[in-house]
Amino acid sequence: MKQKLTVALGVVAVAAGIFAATDDAAFRKALPQDQKILHALNRLTFGPRPGDVEAVQRMGLDKWIDEQLHPERLTENPELAGYLAPLTTLQLTATEAAEKYQPRVAQVAQALKGPDRQLAQQQAKQQAKQQAKQQAKQQGKQNGPQVLIRELNEAKLYRAVYSERQLEEQLADFWFNHFNVFAGKGADRVLVTSYERDAIRPHVLGKFRDILGATAAHPAMLFYLDNWQNVSPDAAQQQGALLDRLGRRNPERQAKLKAKQQGRGLNENYARELLELHTLGVDNGYTQKDIIEVARCFTGWTILQPRQGGEFTYNDRMHDKGEKTVLGVKIPAGGGRGDGERVLDILARRPETAHFLSLKLAQRFVSDDPPAALVDRMAKKFLDSDGDIRVVMAAMVGSSEFFAEGAWRAKVKTPLELVVSSARATSAQIRNAAPLAQQIAELGQPLYRKVEPTGYSSAASEWVNSAALLARMNFALALASNQLPGTRVTSNGLNSDPVAMTRRFLFREPAAQTMATLEKALAAQEREGKQRTPELVAGLVLGSPDFQRR
Amino acid sequence: MATRRFFLKNSALALYGVGTAPLWMQRAVLAAEPRRNKVLVAIFQRGAMDGLNAVIPFGESNYAALRPNIGIAAPKNGAQDAAIDLDGFFGLHPALAPLKPIYDAKQLAIIHAVGSPDPTRSHFDAQDYMESGTPGRKATSDGWLNRALEPRKNSSPVRAVSLGTSLARTLRGPNDAVALRDVESFQIHESEGAGTFESMYENTVDRVLNGAGRETFEAVKLMESIRKEPYSPANGAQYPNNALGQSLLQIARLIKSGVGLEVAFADMGGWDTHANEPAQLQNLLGQFSAALAAFHCDLGDRMQDVCVVTMSEFGRTAKENGARGTDHGHANVMFAFGAGVKGGKLYGDWPGLQPEQLYQGRDLAMTTDFRDVLGELVTRHLGGASIAKVFPGYAGAKYRGLISA
Repeated sequence: MKQKLTVALGVVAVAAGIFAATDDAAFRKALPQDQKILHALNRLTFGPRPGDVEAVQRMGLDKWIDEQLHPERLTENPELAGYLAPLTTLQLTATEAAEKYQPRVAQVAQALKGPDRQLAQQQAKQQAKQQAKQQAKQQGKQNGPQVLIRELNEAKLYRAVYSERQLEEQLADFWFNHFNVFAGKGADRVLVTSYERDAIRPHVLGKFRDILGATAAHPAMLFYLDNWQNVSPDAAQQQGALLDRLGRRNPERQAKLKAKQQGRGLNENYARELLELHTLGVDNGYTQKDIIEVARCFTGWTILQPRQGGEFTYNDRMHDKGEKTVLGVKIPAGGGRGDGERVLDILARRPETAHFLSLKLAQRFVSDDPPAALVDRMAKKFLDSDGDIRVVMAAMVGSSEFFAEGAWRAKVKTPLELVVSSARATSAQIRNAAPLAQQIAELGQPLYRKVEPTGYSSAASEWVNSAALLARMNFALALASNQLPGTRVTSNGLNSDPVAMTRRFLFREPAAQTMATLEKALAAQEREGKQRTPELVAGLVLGSPDFQRR
Repeated sequence: MATRRFFLKNSALALYGVGTAPLWMQRAVLAAEPRRNKVLVAIFQRGAMDGLNAVIPFGESNYAALRPNIGIAAPKNGAQDAAIDLDGFFGLHPALAPLKPIYDAKQLAIIHAVGSPDPTRSHFDAQDYMESGTPGRKATSDGWLNRALEPRKNSSPVRAVSLGTSLARTLRGPNDAVALRDVESFQIHESEGAGTFESMYENTVDRVLNGAGRETFEAVKLMESIRKEPYSPANGAQYPNNALGQSLLQIARLIKSGVGLEVAFADMGGWDTHANEPAQLQNLLGQFSAALAAFHCDLGDRMQDVCVVTMSEFGRTAKENGARGTDHGHANVMFAFGAGVKGGKLYGDWPGLQPEQLYQGRDLAMTTDFRDVLGELVTRHLGGASIAKVFPGYAGAKYRGLISA
């Protein structure tokens, strides 16, 4: 509720008034020096590995942060390339992906024109399905577009676990989630690989306007939020008139085309989410009229043959050529494709956008309810730097609030963070990341499969529920006792002393109370004749309340 | 005292002994009037069921003409592949025969030409809108069935259950809801860890995880107590060995164990019959009706408290396509059954299938909003939240009178 309020109000002064009372004191108290490094590792990476705290100590925390903010200067872990190399679909263009993984449908349907097209498409679909099934049987593996999604999952996990450029990976996750598309929706199955690679990853520490523009014009987004079907009502009407003339000669064909054409016209889906989720924030300084005007500006931003991984194209015949007014700014008639670019220019520089994005970053990296003063300063940096994400991140990490008591262990790990941090803490060897991805899905966060454009929330309330907690505990036990296929935790260094295991996986001294509880419970178990193995103790620590936070 | 004993005997509490019972249950025993609560079960048929072949308007002159190859014949005495007559105008698909006795017992209501006002023909969008309960609005983060729960009315850890590995969109939201594959697997798989985890979560100073941890282990214990008695369906009910059948079996088990289940959600996929529909639909409807009928039979008298409702994101084209199938359409059919349902009849205005009566010239038009059906079941059967809360922004709900008011 609080979160929603902040977003809804947007007006910084008001929001500050609401939260000042509860959290400010804790955010004024600095963390002890020796906790700062662990805190930074917990927030800016997917969790510390053995040796990381010492390494940052040697290098100096400021220098380490600066490196993370400039990933291009970091030498990448050479092993990572080895993990990614077999995942060949990562390199495919959307068109190649479509040709390879949605083969028959694309070809046959494309070749056909005329009244039998629908029938042929159906037959082609069936035929392709059957062929795919048969082939899969013969080869014992998948060969449909699900291969693309599986490889995306694996690559994401390998990068999160093994990359030295940890902040970059955190931000790749943040921005994909911010500009979420659902990989299960039709053509998006073959478009998401290119979307993440070409529209998201190059810009995660760049200018916001660039990532906004890249997502707006990417076919994955155009398909997901239906803008590819966003047509000027005038254009639709003209077509209607054409159809009426056609109707006199060929009534049957006219009826068919008309049915297809109905429902065509202005489609507001992208416009609405662009304002509500990508830039200004919900109900934050725009009206329904603005949504319609924005939708008009984006008419004609479409895709060539979407189910074949088609490219972005601007179709002038679909475009609304009239004058528009967006958030009070006049966009003169005849701007063509430029109308949409103008809208993005306006949105990327609005104070509401600066505030909304700063808040969302602070919610992910600082606390579910970050101090308003910090968000304000980040928003100011955003506006002063023309939306430079690196500058905003540097302001956040350089703030006293980031290293304050109020932020210490304030975040509950998402399923992705839990699974990856477990793998990192245990130095797990991953031969096949697919089962780990499956675990993340079972914990409630199927990667690339968030249906709603909102993306996943990073708030504790999203992830703490009984089924999910139970699944987390089971995951921890399974991981530590090597019951997850494809991932191995060596028993070297594991032992059955809970204090030692806590130090090892939480990288700090355990709380006396936790240890007392753990000792007592383990002793009780032993009296019942249940064994205390190193694997069990390790699993208990990884499944403990303490390990669920970062 | 007599009432309390009755409650004990009829609940999982009896399996614990009072001293060791979970907190919420002790609270319930001490505080609440023992009562069997109402239950609403929602079933989603993903992929868009062909409502015109599930409940066939054989009395409609244009039906046979629209579907020369896949249409179901009007009822004929002794014909196996003809519709089963309901009221002289509509008939059930022969594979829905197991539902006919429930209809005859006046416990099954059929709502025809029902659906969402949103024109989308995208599975993705239409399912999303139906599950959130807000057609046309994508940013709604919670589902209608979660909003249907009155906060704090019932403290059972399994008050709201979504069958499957993840919490369905329909059940997401501020009220606690549990995703459950089955009663058997809801536990710490390595028993050595269970007790220790429990005391760690019970003793942690982390307020958020402490609260959720307690709930978790209460639910775990509840499942453990339910598991102590092997489940055998009553009245000779035979659940089919398909996903929906097994989900409904779990729901029946939870209802009968008296652990406070209030709403449940299950789904069944595969309804997207673009080609070769007759064989596919025969199979799908057969699985569907066998599962529902088994549930009805198993619950027996408990159907007094239970209402089951089915839905699908949109209907299919009135006219068959060239591949002996149908494409994405508009309005569809919903089923609702339970002892409190005024069944044995069809609800909704029939819009007709003449070309000018079809939606956008091709689909069955919608005359009942799906929210009218669900809203009535939530307010009049479940006694849940107000319709304004369950379906925000929906003014002018028109109840069809499915439930005796």
